[in-house]
Amino acid sequence: MSQITEHPAHLQHHFTDVHQQAESAKLGMWIFLLTEVLLFGGLFCFYAIYRSWNPDMFHNAHAFLNVWMGATNTVVLIVSSLTMALAIRSMQLGKRKLTMWFLAGTVLLACVFMVIKYFEYSHKIHLGQLPGKWYFFEGIAGTNPHIFFSAYFLMTGLHGFHVLGGIGVITWLFIKTARGSFSPEYYTPIEMTGLYWHLVDLIWIFLFPLFYLIG
Amino acid sequence: MEHTIPEKHYLNEATGWKSWLMTLDHKRIGILYMIMVMFSFFLGGVFALLIRWELLSPDKILMGPEMYNQAFSLHGIIMIFLFIIPSIPAILGNFVMPLMIGAKDVAFPRLNLASWYIYVIGFCFAVYALFTGGIDTGWTFYTPYSSESTTAVIPILTAAFVLGFSSIFTGLNFIVTIHRLRAPGMTWFQLPLFVWAIYATALIQVLATPVLGITLALLMLERVVGIGIFDPAMGGDPVLFQHFFWFYSHPAVYIMILPGMGIISELIATFSHRRIFGYKFIAFSSLGIAFTGFLVWGHHMFVSGQSDLAAVIFSFLTFFVGIPSGIKILNWIATMYKGSISLDTPMLWALSFLILFSIGGFTGIVLGTLSIDVHLHDTYFVVSHFHYVMVGGTVMAIFGGLHYWWPKIWGRMYNETLARIAVVMIFVGFNITFFVQFIMGTQGMPRRYATYLPQFQGMHGFSSIGALIMGVGFLLIAIYLIYAIFKGKPAGPNPWRALTMEWETPSPPTAGNFEGQPILEHGPYDYDKVIPENALKPYKTI
Amino acid sequence: MKDDAAQRHILPLNLYLAVGSGLLVLTVITVVVAQMDFGPMNLLIAMGIAVIKATLVAMFFMHLKYDNKIYMLVFSGSLLFLGVFIIFTMFDTLRRGDIYEEIAEPYLKEAVIYRKAETTTALSHPAADTSNTASDTVTSDH
Repeated sequence: MSQITEHPAHLQHHFTDVHQQAESAKLGMWIFLLTEVLLFGGLFCFYAIYRSWNPDMFHNAHAFLNVWMGATNTVVLIVSSLTMALAIRSMQLGKRKLTMWFLAGTVLLACVFMVIKYFEYSHKIHLGQLPGKWYFFEGIAGTNPHIFFSAYFLMTGLHGFHVLGGIGVITWLFIKTARGSFSPEYYTPIEMTGLYWHLVDLIWIFLFPLFYLIG
Repeated sequence: MEHTIPEKHYLNEATGWKSWLMTLDHKRIGILYMIMVMFSFFLGGVFALLIRWELLSPDKILMGPEMYNQAFSLHGIIMIFLFIIPSIPAILGNFVMPLMIGAKDVAFPRLNLASWYIYVIGFCFAVYALFTGGIDTGWTFYTPYSSESTTAVIPILTAAFVLGFSSIFTGLNFIVTIHRLRAPGMTWFQLPLFVWAIYATALIQVLATPVLGITLALLMLERVVGIGIFDPAMGGDPVLFQHFFWFYSHPAVYIMILPGMGIISELIATFSHRRIFGYKFIAFSSLGIAFTGFLVWGHHMFVSGQSDLAAVIFSFLTFFVGIPSGIKILNWIATMYKGSISLDTPMLWALSFLILFSIGGFTGIVLGTLSIDVHLHDTYFVVSHFHYVMVGGTVMAIFGGLHYWWPKIWGRMYNETLARIAVVMIFVGFNITFFVQFIMGTQGMPRRYATYLPQFQGMHGFSSIGALIMGVGFLLIAIYLIYAIFKGKPAGPNPWRALTMEWETPSPPTAGNFEGQPILEHGPYDYDKVIPENALKPYKTI
Repeated sequence: MKDDAAQRHILPLNLYLAVGSGLLVLTVITVVVAQMDFGPMNLLIAMGIAVIKATLVAMFFMHLKYDNKIYMLVFSGSLLFLGVFIIFTMFDTLRRGDIYEEIAEPYLKEAVIYRKAETTTALSHPAADTSNTASDTVTSDH
């Protein structure tokens, strides 16, 4: 019977110990990230092919993106990645309050990212720099500039959805942390969300130069 | 020797609808999958028979050309996305794999149940599409036709998209389970080969399926908002769709066949009562097939207008897929050599697999040859080739596996005589149906046509008779297997005297699979060292 | 089982801050460099910096440097197969006009939406457009 008293509440019955459970969760998370990479991969492939077909058009079209907004967003996302990493570290050290501050900071920065994104999008929609058949902007030299904006909206759009998802999950983590669900012994959900959030950052690290810098 | 059914097992430890629909037990989820997947198989089979019926004559019998297009599209979509891809991993993988590695459950039971519900949602979308305009694009959804067709393309794309998630969840779950939940003492090279095959399959599932997801999403956006990626009128490239699609769908062919190969490894070792020949070669050839499967997708596109460089590279690489498949066939035959083979029903399925899959594999080499494929592309030769692999390979393996593990799943044995009659019917019916299609293909009969030149009527009729024999055979299987669930003779824990771990539990197993943590005592194929004991004594009161 | 504390590997605060500032500095560098023109090197420079940044994030923020190597394998595996996907597709798309130039034509053509100004019937679908015969040759399946 002593085994049952040692049995932590968060250990599921089919695992032998907490370590096995945590490592399983982490492996599962990494495989999930792998599927995410390949999901985005289709769009990266799409980008690479059309860019190789129409390099000049991509170069001309990219000049219509605002580098400063893009760069600001890059900084925002990197800092949010840092705060996420620090949130995990604080929970490892058992500093619950600090974890909550860092999580709140991450959500705030993610919101800033989406607000900047909103301004960029609405500007483009206003000008008619839209994907596919909705495109009506004139003044970009080269063949089929709408393809560039198809790629732009698809890739940043899918990324934006991931940011929104992240905001949701991190808010949920914030509430759970406030309720005291996590401890230095058990913080797997924060760690897993951290991995996800870093991947979102990582994808943006590639999207930023591909669209804003070199086109 | 009389066996009895243990008093408490996973089927009766909880009762009522809710205990099934909310279950987290991998065995019950496997059975939930079995119900849905086998129903899909029935549905797809009905469409197959409709197709064969229509082709009895070059004139219209049942369906006009439009209806015929819908029938073969639905046959393909249901058989591939709803039946064959989930079949072995989701039914037998779910049920047997955790037992084989001595685990209490899969790593993420909730995710496992979620994947079943997602499958059901996908199934509903497919049925919805069936009743709201059908689908006539073929299962490949090639653009630009699929972005114009007036049939229910969006619901069917949604179905395939959703089913993809189900497949990813299953794959993810299995990889983690095999990595993290093996019984103490069970090293990678003591895993049964079925587990290796499931592992390789799961790798493909998680690597390839996301690309299918994004491809179908892009196609939906193409139809709904007109982003113009695949539309030549919009500066897009329809061939690009084929690349995207086949980057998933070629590896998906190995999602279909690899688990089948895993089952065959088990069957051949068990019924030859002999240590499997070249264990490591079989294990690594599974991974080899999984890997090379990603490098050859362009062989579906030899006449699509892809560059000649790409066509040559893809054709060249295609031949390499033959190597790991050949290794497996060689090892299976070498295992049987000088073994004491018992020809029980599962073994008959395995032998059918060996013959039919070899024919399918060899004709695959023929089709992978660039110059020959240009002539045979889109003929019945192709149709026959992939049916020999998918039906002659995977379906034979599924039914071999079902017959092998049926006594484990339900604790009861089916009627052996009827079962043997059914195997023979399927084997004969299958060859009648499809062998003539090789001949028709070489004579130029194109696939996907509702009508044909009169000179083909004899062969088409012959083929349709075979389809009918197969249909009756499958009906017979359904009858005696379902009968066995309720009235079969209790089978005992290890009716085949096999050595893998799932046979050490009672049949049917208890809810938690094992009493305490099982510890590995012998390898899965140590027939030269161990005589399986529990086969010789009744289960009863241990 | 391994010691839990050893698995948790709490990294020093300064390391996180150093990596974070490194990422910010690299962002500034890549933006500044992009304002100059190095011709075809532009792509390489921008991607090179992005790869360095991504490596920093993966190694330190995502703990790949300290964790079990299997996670590294999973992650590099995803990149490997993504590479296969893009490179093999490009074997086709980059070399399509090698023998017959007209095969490369359809995707280099201007889309119908740009023809609005010239003719009112331009929005009809190109399937009906007889000038676009090349696209018919590329729609066969297997």
